Amino acid sequence: MSKSCIIFLLVFMTAFSAGAQKYITKTGHIKFYSDGQLEKIEAHNRQVNSVLDFSTGGFVFKVLMKSFEFEKALMQEHFNENYVESDKYPAATFVGKVTNIKDVNLLKDGMYDANVEGKMTMHGVTKDLTEKGTFEVKQGKIIGKAKFNIVVADYKITIPGNVGNNISKTIEITVDITLDKANM
Amino acid sequence: MKNNILFLLAFAGAMCVSTARGQDDLLSMIEKGEKPTVDYTTATFKSTHIVIGQSIETAPAGNLNFLITHHFGALNTGYENLYGLKQASIRLGVEYGVTRWLGIGVGINTDQNTWDGSAKVKLLRQCKGAKNMPLTLDIYGNTAIYTTKWTDPSRKNYFSSRVTYALQLMAARKFGNSLSLQITPSYVHKNMVHDSKDKNDIFTLGAGGRIKISQRVSVNAEYNYLFKGQVVSTKAYNSFSLGVDIETGGHVFQIFLTNSYGEYEQPILTDTRGKWSNGDIFLGFNINRMFTIVKPRVPKD
Repeated sequence: MSKSCIIFLLVFMTAFSAGAQKYITKTGHIKFYSDGQLEKIEAHNRQVNSVLDFSTGGFVFKVLMKSFEFEKALMQEHFNENYVESDKYPAATFVGKVTNIKDVNLLKDGMYDANVEGKMTMHGVTKDLTEKGTFEVKQGKIIGKAKFNIVVADYKITIPGNVGNNISKTIEITVDITLDKANM
Repeated sequence: MKNNILFLLAFAGAMCVSTARGQDDLLSMIEKGEKPTVDYTTATFKSTHIVIGQSIETAPAGNLNFLITHHFGALNTGYENLYGLKQASIRLGVEYGVTRWLGIGVGINTDQNTWDGSAKVKLLRQCKGAKNMPLTLDIYGNTAIYTTKWTDPSRKNYFSSRVTYALQLMAARKFGNSLSLQITPSYVHKNMVHDSKDKNDIFTLGAGGRIKISQRVSVNAEYNYLFKGQVVSTKAYNSFSLGVDIETGGHVFQIFLTNSYGEYEQPILTDTRGKWSNGDIFLGFNINRMFTIVKPRVPKD
């Protein structure tokens, strides 16, 4: 009995210590770009939070909407006030996993494909999101990159008729993060 | 054998726990590491003016607001005057955001060819989060000089006689997303007044606000109380204006009814000639167009 107890404990500890193999960033970069007929809208957020749990593939993002910086102050105000309603919905999150995390070899620098799936929540609406990106392992860091489109209407963000032509109905999101091994 | 089964069970159990914990835990890990940020209130009002008087808003840093203010004549002037459409008073102004807390402006008004120059300073900014401030507090000052021909032969034409000043303190709070209120005590100094019974230093108390009725439309109102016994030689009423703000991307349109014909602080506060109950009111509009002069330094990739 005592032997099984020890095994039991060992297994538990293994599971948890494996869970501690986490990679983290607080300064990730997300760009959004929309190419409307009259106006190109581009915004950068350089305070993106992300954690990758290498042992499980668990992958999360948290982005404060008010940290998006626009070229025009008025665009930024309208983005927060009229479109994403930052006071009501301050952050966008992604909770999901890298389904093929086992293919990524941390000991070997190089490019790896990453299949990411999970749920993205923005403007109070949660949608499934499945995208492909890349992980580049480089000197102990993981550089994650992805580019994909989202349809703003999916997140109940409405574009009024009179500015409908100025603003594209899909937005291109570019993710660029450098994950460092978390110290814990 | 028994041990093996236990081992498997424990392993499966541990895996379940660690994956279920996994993703939500990761999010809470982010949240644990987050420093509380200061969340500044934005867009208490959509324009630098609530209706015709100043709001606590300034042009954003590096932005130039071109403001066209237009008043038609009084509505009660009848069909012959097309209910005021035949008359117009116009002010053209530009307002520039020097920094986030300093706005400067200059304008020309067709009423007595009056030039005005102004500055607005944000002393406090409403915010919550890491810092808490219940309201935004601004101080605004202007100097106005009328430049039409001197018409009073009994008095000497001193330049200083043409100059007036206004000083306002504005305290505003945005309650939630759709209601904003402002209180505005004001002080006006006129170097020369019509009559010796009139005061050169005039104090007023104003209040204004807006209610958003949709994401881009709000109803705004503004009232200014002129304390009695300060303006005696002419009949000056308290100013009341009611307007609608319509926002369309780069423009804010403000359409309003008011009993003030003036388009800058001094006549609005101390020389409102119209009376609402007589229909002595004016239809007017402001057009705000914002231009980005200095782009914020957003590093490109």
